[in-house]
Amino acid sequence: MLEIKNLHVSVEGNEILKGIDLTINPGEVHAIMGPNGSGKSTLALVLAGKEGYEVTEGSVLYKGKDLLEMAPEERACEGVFLAFQYPVEIPGISNTYFLKSGLNAKRKYQGLEQMDAIDFLQLVKQKAKLVEIDEKLLKRPVNEGFSGGEKKRNEIFQMAILDPDLGILDETDSGLDIDALRIVANGVNKLKGPEKSFLVITHYQRLLNYIVPDIVHVLSEGRIIRSGDKNLALELEEKGYDWLKKEAEQVA
Amino acid sequence: MSDEKKHIEKLANQEYKYGFVTDIEVDAVPKGLNEDIIRLISEKKNEQEFMLEWRLKAFRQWQKMEEPHWPNVEYPPVDYQNIVYYSAPKQQKKLESLDEVDPELLRTYEKLGIPLDEQKMLTGVAVDAVFDSVSVATTFKDKLAELGIIFSSFSEALQNHPELVKKYLGTVVPYTDNFFASLNSAVFSDGSFVYIPKGVRCPMELSTYFRINAADTGQFERTLIVADEGSYVSYLEGCTAPMRDENQLHAAVVELIALDNAEIKYSTVQNWYPGDKEGKGGIFNFVTKRGACRGFNSKISWTQVETGSAITWKYPSVLLQGDNSVGEFYSVALTNNFQQADTGTKMIHLGKNTRSTIVSKGISAGKSQNSYRGLVKIAKKATNARNYSQCDSLLLGDKCGAHTFPYIEVNNTSSKVEHEATTSKIEEDQIFYCNQRGLSTEDAVNMIVNGYCKEVFRELPMEFAVEAQNLLAISLEGSVG
Ligand SMILES: Nc1ncnc2c1ncn2[C@@H]1O[C@H](COP(=O)(O)OP(=O)(O)OP(=O)(O)O)[C@@H](O)[C@H]1O
Ligand SMILES: [Mg+2]
Repeated sequence: MLEIKNLHVSVEGNEILKGIDLTINPGEVHAIMGPNGSGKSTLALVLAGKEGYEVTEGSVLYKGKDLLEMAPEERACEGVFLAFQYPVEIPGISNTYFLKSGLNAKRKYQGLEQMDAIDFLQLVKQKAKLVEIDEKLLKRPVNEGFSGGEKKRNEIFQMAILDPDLGILDETDSGLDIDALRIVANGVNKLKGPEKSFLVITHYQRLLNYIVPDIVHVLSEGRIIRSGDKNLALELEEKGYDWLKKEAEQVA
Repeated sequence: MSDEKKHIEKLANQEYKYGFVTDIEVDAVPKGLNEDIIRLISEKKNEQEFMLEWRLKAFRQWQKMEEPHWPNVEYPPVDYQNIVYYSAPKQQKKLESLDEVDPELLRTYEKLGIPLDEQKMLTGVAVDAVFDSVSVATTFKDKLAELGIIFSSFSEALQNHPELVKKYLGTVVPYTDNFFASLNSAVFSDGSFVYIPKGVRCPMELSTYFRINAADTGQFERTLIVADEGSYVSYLEGCTAPMRDENQLHAAVVELIALDNAEIKYSTVQNWYPGDKEGKGGIFNFVTKRGACRGFNSKISWTQVETGSAITWKYPSVLLQGDNSVGEFYSVALTNNFQQADTGTKMIHLGKNTRSTIVSKGISAGKSQNSYRGLVKIAKKATNARNYSQCDSLLLGDKCGAHTFPYIEVNNTSSKVEHEATTSKIEEDQIFYCNQRGLSTEDAVNMIVNGYCKEVFRELPMEFAVEAQNLLAISLEGSVG
């Protein structure tokens, strides 16, 4: 599904990612943990194609194609979805209208017919139930005045509608209350499938109780310094990152 | 500069590609302006004495006036002696079929969603049996006549209903009003006249469209609409299709009069040639539009979508004379490249319990300058008057400008005036967010711009609103196909 090789990324001349190797197979869920500022969001944004993130070395293959060559909207239409750490507000555009435009752009790209208002509404109702989002939020302008948790929930709702092949969740659990966390995680679990992969960025082992990862990676100072199974997250919760950093230094 | 920003600027900088067909036969008076020319115009139009007198008074007034030089628009001096002030209804060469029309123009029409038959009317293609504009116009007129509604060209009205014209002409915009209004009063060639009798609700949108082939109203257009007691009319001016016109200076006057319990809704979409990328050419549009809510509980509502012209100078206003009368102004003004717009409104509260609403949405792109200039005046006797104004500016790129000049004059303490203003930019993060959900940058910009204008589009008649949305997209894109 996704094959990242020796990826180096600079932002405004500062090298943030210093050689990332990461392979995600179809159906797998990978988690990325790591201290603040280690480059997790940078990785997510570079995969989504954000402007200003310069790839100085390395490659990314997505479904066998060169991901870095594609425009951001092309990546989206090819099934890459990023649930943003900080979703932006778009005043004046209702959430549903926004999503309908996005979904139809994707369908057009795939050569499918445009979805009409009635079918779309049906889909909205069904997915809103899945992630238990208040339908009132859907009529409001995109993220405008949403609480932190509502914004995150809205990201998951959008993901449910767009049904991506690769879902990247950047700290979607931050700012969610306990119930919301469970609901969001359940939403993700229902979207999972043999052909769907997820990259889940989080600071908390708690989320991984709900979304059980196949592999956990630790990102520190732009490098993956350790990968392991879900027990690695438990170990991190207990011991923090310092011991890993020290180990990594010794190896280097 | 990032790619997204570049893209926005690219969108904003593309060229306006509509050509102008000039193969038109003209029967014109000599260039220049003097009393003889005015007498000649009046004679050619077979006008009554009162009309000539009025024109001459206006002309004498105009000679004493100076052209206003507003702070926020700049343009080279206009040589008023180098203009032809009268040309007979122009006979456009009829084309055989749409195949002969500039394909770019047709593509624009298509994007705007203009039906095929109307495309033919607009481009001057001879209409076939399927759609005979004359017969449509005739049935339309019969229906209106049954209700006693008068809807005709200004010239026809002067011939058929001189007493009505005489009673109302210049009562809202006197010939002394301002430089351009005086000029218009002296030389106006034609325009529209509407009279809605007492208690009649006009059953259809009245549109200049229906007269489109009847007369070329030229650069000094004059419109007068009178809604008698308890009547209602919705009037559409212009169309979203790019207008071909060789006249550089346009100085129109529109007067609206609403008597007791009457309502006039006046919608405009203006898409004249804005000039090229360097700011050359383009129409100067200096318009005086004013409505008088003369009667008790009367209402006048202006809605405008302005995307064309090199320079727009226009303040549709309402005089709220009758007690309990209501004035509204909803505006979208988009400027691109080197366009300059100075528009806004005046709400003059004279009667008791009068209310006014102003919603202005300015969009600036390219190197354009977009100004809102508004006056809300509450007179001493206007007890309990209310005004709400909202003026928003949206900037695309960082070479354009948006300016807001709200003037408020309150002379009655029981009144309430509220003013809100915002300036925003389309952020790169917003575009990226849209990209990430599958939308191209172009679609994202259009979506955001349309969302921003929603409150105004809502006021437009349905079909007009859809066309206006497409028009904004095209104006931003600036190119066809
Ligand atoms: N424009 C920029 N110029 C310089 N440094 C930047 C820029 N943008 C991001 N960085 C730096 O890149 C590093 C990685 O940031 P990133 O947002 O990827 O961290 P993160 O792992 O997601 O952190 P968190 O857990 O706090 O979300 C940080 O040190 C940040 O300050
Ligand atoms: Mg982050």
